[in-house]
Amino acid sequence: MLQVKDLALPSAKRTRIRPYADTIFTWLTVAAALVVPSIIVAIFWELLTLSWPALQKFGWRFFITEVWNPVTQEFGAASSIYGTVMSTIIAMVLAVPMSIVIALFLVELAPPTVSKVVGNLIELLAAIPSIIYGMWGLFILAPFMARYVQPFLGKYFGFLPLFSGPPMGIGMLTAGIILAFMILPFITAICRDVFALVPAVLKESGYGVGATTWEVTYKITIPYGSVGILGGIFLGLGRALGETMAVTFVIGNTHKISLSLFAPGNSIASSLANEFAEATEPIYLSSLIALGLVLFVFTFLVQVISQGMLRRLYKGWSLKI
Amino acid sequence: MKPRPATGRRLLNQLVNIVATLAAGSGIIILLWIAFILAYKGLPALNLDFFLHLPAPPMIPGGGLANAILGTLLLTLLATVLAVPVGLLAGVCLGEFGHQSRLADLCRFAANVLTGMPSIIVGIFVYGLLVLTMGKFSGLAGAVALAIIMLPVVARTTEDMLRMVPDPLRESALALGAPRWRVTVSIVFRAARAGILTGILLGVARVSGETAPLLFTALNSPYMISSLLEPMPNLTVTIFNYAMSPYEDWQRLAWGASLLITAGVLILNILARGIFGERRS
Repeated sequence: MLQVKDLALPSAKRTRIRPYADTIFTWLTVAAALVVPSIIVAIFWELLTLSWPALQKFGWRFFITEVWNPVTQEFGAASSIYGTVMSTIIAMVLAVPMSIVIALFLVELAPPTVSKVVGNLIELLAAIPSIIYGMWGLFILAPFMARYVQPFLGKYFGFLPLFSGPPMGIGMLTAGIILAFMILPFITAICRDVFALVPAVLKESGYGVGATTWEVTYKITIPYGSVGILGGIFLGLGRALGETMAVTFVIGNTHKISLSLFAPGNSIASSLANEFAEATEPIYLSSLIALGLVLFVFTFLVQVISQGMLRRLYKGWSLKI
Repeated sequence: MKPRPATGRRLLNQLVNIVATLAAGSGIIILLWIAFILAYKGLPALNLDFFLHLPAPPMIPGGGLANAILGTLLLTLLATVLAVPVGLLAGVCLGEFGHQSRLADLCRFAANVLTGMPSIIVGIFVYGLLVLTMGKFSGLAGAVALAIIMLPVVARTTEDMLRMVPDPLRESALALGAPRWRVTVSIVFRAARAGILTGILLGVARVSGETAPLLFTALNSPYMISSLLEPMPNLTVTIFNYAMSPYEDWQRLAWGASLLITAGVLILNILARGIFGERRS
């Protein structure tokens, strides 16, 4: 007959004489977990100390000055902040409605097989490295924009200052469009989860009184999942703000604020990527790191907001793959 | 009450359906467009020289990226070695020991924030931490930067996967007299093996295409790798430098490197999904 001692782990005898093993193991895991918040605190501290010389020299005017002159050692963050915000706005304006309708397509319209394949393909967009978007943007999309899209916009909407100026291909608009496709999969994935979470009874009652698919989506699904969708939007926002390589390739890298979206500009991340290596003067380097500090604060706040919203959606919300 | 005429509403519905399908299609078109361009421009560059030779000066034929390929592999491997043990242990703390504790909440929140942190910020951090203190750019600094980016990915997936392991498994092991660490290492890890592997693969995929954190840490170098404490050649920064150069053969190499890195990352991703999908079904 089978006895309990046969089932016991072979090591039971050996482990009994190590009463501290469990305590040590537990504390080891706690220490490992604490590494993560410590890194964030350390990043903040490092950025603050390294950017202190610049912040002390230029004061709060650093954030509103457009001048960026390595020769005269005068630096201001305004154009980089403007570029970061502007390219992000373009990306959000394009990506948010697209993500919502793609999620609608995946959840409500497409047959299950199509939905699965298309959903996976869209998620693969998130896997493409940023620098590849940059290569594609610089060599393929920018000439395409210069030849077809920008002349078209200039012809019909040229009276708006946003779409005036020569079509050069590289510039704020192209950067925004690439960013849109880069954050699309993140927002779509969350919208899809949100749409799928709406209780079937709610949707069916809508259909029962004769509403169309769009009316059910617009009046039932979206209001029901609004917090989650907002969380997804903020998540995409955080990504767009800090995206570096793709933007660096196509934004043009000029420290200048132009109203036209066709004009080249720069963003915080692109300035860092372009100029860090050549910043030999201490105050130049410090100013660049101060830009990094601004970006850190932006993305941190956006993350806090998005975590707060998504926490309600996913209990201990899991990483999107 | 008179019902609203249905024609307009139906038309609007049709319109939205078409727009939704077009939007989904445009996402796929962009994906295929990028894949096509990479194959079209990258394949001609991938010859034997590409894999076996060192970079040549511009205009001289026969240059390759052997050092950068090796460098990227080495950086990714080193980052994995640094990040995975810490990530696994952190995942155990979050998933096994501290489901609800305030500490676990803080760490989970921090891991999510670190996942969303722009990678260029991590680059600056490691620049200040290692490059400034050691006085030079080094492969080691690059690997540390990549490890910091990988760490939260591994920790969070490990946590999620450990949570999927049913409690009775743990309870049976504990009832047999196994200590907690033994339960975690021999029972729970074994049950969640596929999921944990998925997390590690996703982490590797995430960092192997990263460029921004390497710009100020590993930098780049046209020579063979000699030491971890020297600038380390790598594919992504090479792409950045070569693509911005005016020389045609350098741009060709950049396309080849782009194809190589994208294929690698996509295969890792699909592999990770495959393993995880198998487990779920």
